[in-house]
Amino acid sequence: MGAFKVFKSLVVDSLDTITKGSKTYHLWMGFLTLVMLIGMYCYSIQLEEGLSATGMSDRVSWGLYISNFTFLVGVAAAAVMLVMPTYVLKDIDFKQAVLIGEGLAVAALIMCLAFVVADMGGPSVLWHMIPGIGVFNFPNSMLTWDVIVLNGYLFINISIPFYILFKHYQNKEAKKSVYVPGAIISVFWAVGIHLVTAFLYQGLQARPFWNNALLGPRFLASAFAAGPSLIILVLAVIRSFTAFKIEDKTIKKIAMIVTVAAQINLIMLVSELFKEFYAPTHHSESAYYLFFGLHGKNALLPWIWTAIPLNVLATVILTFNKFRNNLKVLYVCCFMLFVAIWIEKGFGLIVPGFIPGPYGKIVEYLPTGVEIGVTIGIWAMGAFVFTILAKTAIGIELGELRYKDKKA
Amino acid sequence: MSDNKKWYSLDLGLNNKKESSGSCGCGKSEGSCSSTPKEQVEEELSPEEFYEAAINASIGEERHRDGFEQVFDVKMDRRSAFKKLTASLLIGAGAVTTSCSVTTGSDTKEKAQIDWEEQFKGNYKLMTDEEKQGTINRLMRSYELRTDKKINMTAENAAEDVLFGYAFNISKCQGYMNCVNACVEENNQDRNSEMQYIRIHEMKDGEGFKFDKADDNYYHEVPAEGHFYMGTQCFHCDNPPCVEVCPVQATWKEEDGLVVIDYDWCVGCRYCMAACPYDGRRFNWSKPEVPEPEVNKNQHYLGNRMRKKGVMEKCTFCVQRTRKGKNPACVEACPTGARIFGNLLDPNSTIRWVLENKKVFRLKEDLGTEPKFWYFMD
Repeated sequence: MGAFKVFKSLVVDSLDTITKGSKTYHLWMGFLTLVMLIGMYCYSIQLEEGLSATGMSDRVSWGLYISNFTFLVGVAAAAVMLVMPTYVLKDIDFKQAVLIGEGLAVAALIMCLAFVVADMGGPSVLWHMIPGIGVFNFPNSMLTWDVIVLNGYLFINISIPFYILFKHYQNKEAKKSVYVPGAIISVFWAVGIHLVTAFLYQGLQARPFWNNALLGPRFLASAFAAGPSLIILVLAVIRSFTAFKIEDKTIKKIAMIVTVAAQINLIMLVSELFKEFYAPTHHSESAYYLFFGLHGKNALLPWIWTAIPLNVLATVILTFNKFRNNLKVLYVCCFMLFVAIWIEKGFGLIVPGFIPGPYGKIVEYLPTGVEIGVTIGIWAMGAFVFTILAKTAIGIELGELRYKDKKA
Repeated sequence: MSDNKKWYSLDLGLNNKKESSGSCGCGKSEGSCSSTPKEQVEEELSPEEFYEAAINASIGEERHRDGFEQVFDVKMDRRSAFKKLTASLLIGAGAVTTSCSVTTGSDTKEKAQIDWEEQFKGNYKLMTDEEKQGTINRLMRSYELRTDKKINMTAENAAEDVLFGYAFNISKCQGYMNCVNACVEENNQDRNSEMQYIRIHEMKDGEGFKFDKADDNYYHEVPAEGHFYMGTQCFHCDNPPCVEVCPVQATWKEEDGLVVIDYDWCVGCRYCMAACPYDGRRFNWSKPEVPEPEVNKNQHYLGNRMRKKGVMEKCTFCVQRTRKGKNPACVEACPTGARIFGNLLDPNSTIRWVLENKKVFRLKEDLGTEPKFWYFMD
């Protein structure tokens, strides 16, 4: 009963915190709400007309939604890159950053689930997927694996920070024996979510562009570059807007992780390009389409040729200690990497898988306004969720939010 | 030989042919084989043993329990438990919705009742025959309530010893596309988006099978000089990748080899579409529409019944026709005789003759999907 009372008080207090703030904070939340409303309006159009309101067709049957889903699974998985040094390797630097990282993972996972639901033709019958009530094609379908690992990861990433914050809220010390095992599980689980998501594509013999053994490992490398990049940018924002103290040392450590992951990612990119273009076969056509265009169809060229130079440039700059340790340069590089990988692991991965089609037909894909509206709306929702989580967490960690026992 | 295979292969029963009536079980086709008359191998059961066996077969372990245990301690898997729970919920909810509304007419009530039950029904694949009959009755009644026209829908199951297969004669096809039109009309495909299950690829003579250079959307007089034609559709693979990937088992392979979809169970994730190497699947991007007079009213639950927005559909080898012993619409419509359909397990069928006497091949055999759709040339 006591715990329940504390929980109630926590909810009330956090509601109080998230509704109060500076003018900038209110403007930011108001802006996000507006974007979310626009997204919901676009989604209502899509519900009414069907998925024909999007740019997808029988030839390119997955588009912007699934691209963003794939990318965000990577962002969610990247939270582990902060958890591991803190709890497993006992590197104390990261402690403050971990809560932020896990909050980011929660927001990313919620966005992932929203993107999957937005992509469904029949959201009203989604209960067919609930094990027990519906029919869950486990273990045959990789999509069911993905449902399990994503929801499991969401649960872990909500419960660990919640436990720690709940204890701190009551001025108690969080017990290591409770949350460290959870943290260790989450490390393996994070690798699992991204690998399973890669297997979703990798296992399709129908799509040679995806059906290659490097897809999974490359997913991991690019995720561990893009995710922590985003965390660095978020930490930079939090540092300048709140009293939450994040040392330079912490950011520089995360930068190191970003750099190594980006380097590995680049090596894998070279390996992939070598395989596709040294002795091109019938199966290299998708890669040709992506990088050079095929039969005059070249909608993806501007995207991929933005992504590759950004990726290479950012990785090269980050490789030099002198540049990496300059925070301004670091932030720019992180932004470049984030954008580059969003293009590469989203658009650049999903769309060419369908082009050319099974019989060589080339039909290009361009998202419609409705689709872009829904996508931006979901991103706004993610930012909204993250802001709420982060504000509460920071409030508790700074000691502004504390449980006041009325009896005492 | 077949025990340690590392890949999947289609078993047509070619290696274990059924003995035809011409020869008897001993393998000799002539002379007598009666030298060893069949002995009665069945053991005689004593009356007591028979009694015991009969009881065991009928009530089994339940006889060791009494009243209350028999009722409450029933072995019930989760699925049937949920089914029973859902059924009682449905009855309750139905009763509430019906009794609570005073103003609505009985037709509206019935419509709402049907919609409610249809929304929460189970997967067709797992239904009993009565449940199948129940859903098609509801669907027929629903159509009648909405349009005042009657349709005839069946839920016919696969027949025994039937495995459907298809062969396509590349030498004969002239690209007339009668098959495409017949298919659209037979299967009630969406007229707005001009959905077609069959694609006819027009290829240049002398270049071989160059699908990427072929034209599957031509509008000129056929046969065009210097071209040949090749049709593709769902190949009803024996090892279908689309079935594996479906997260909710809304698509499966029937006993007679047809790969079918429960349109009401599909959640529209389109994973099967990505998994199909043959471009065999179509998605309803908007609400499919067929003008009422053009609707084919002879329907099958798994076949040509009306679909809704946001679900997958595909060629079913015209399940509504073929399970009644007829040819699919495309076969019947083909003016050149390029299309051959039949039972692969019947040694006297045309399709078996083609497989045994022609040089047949299939598309993308290296993927291990084992299509039941063969191509051949004269």
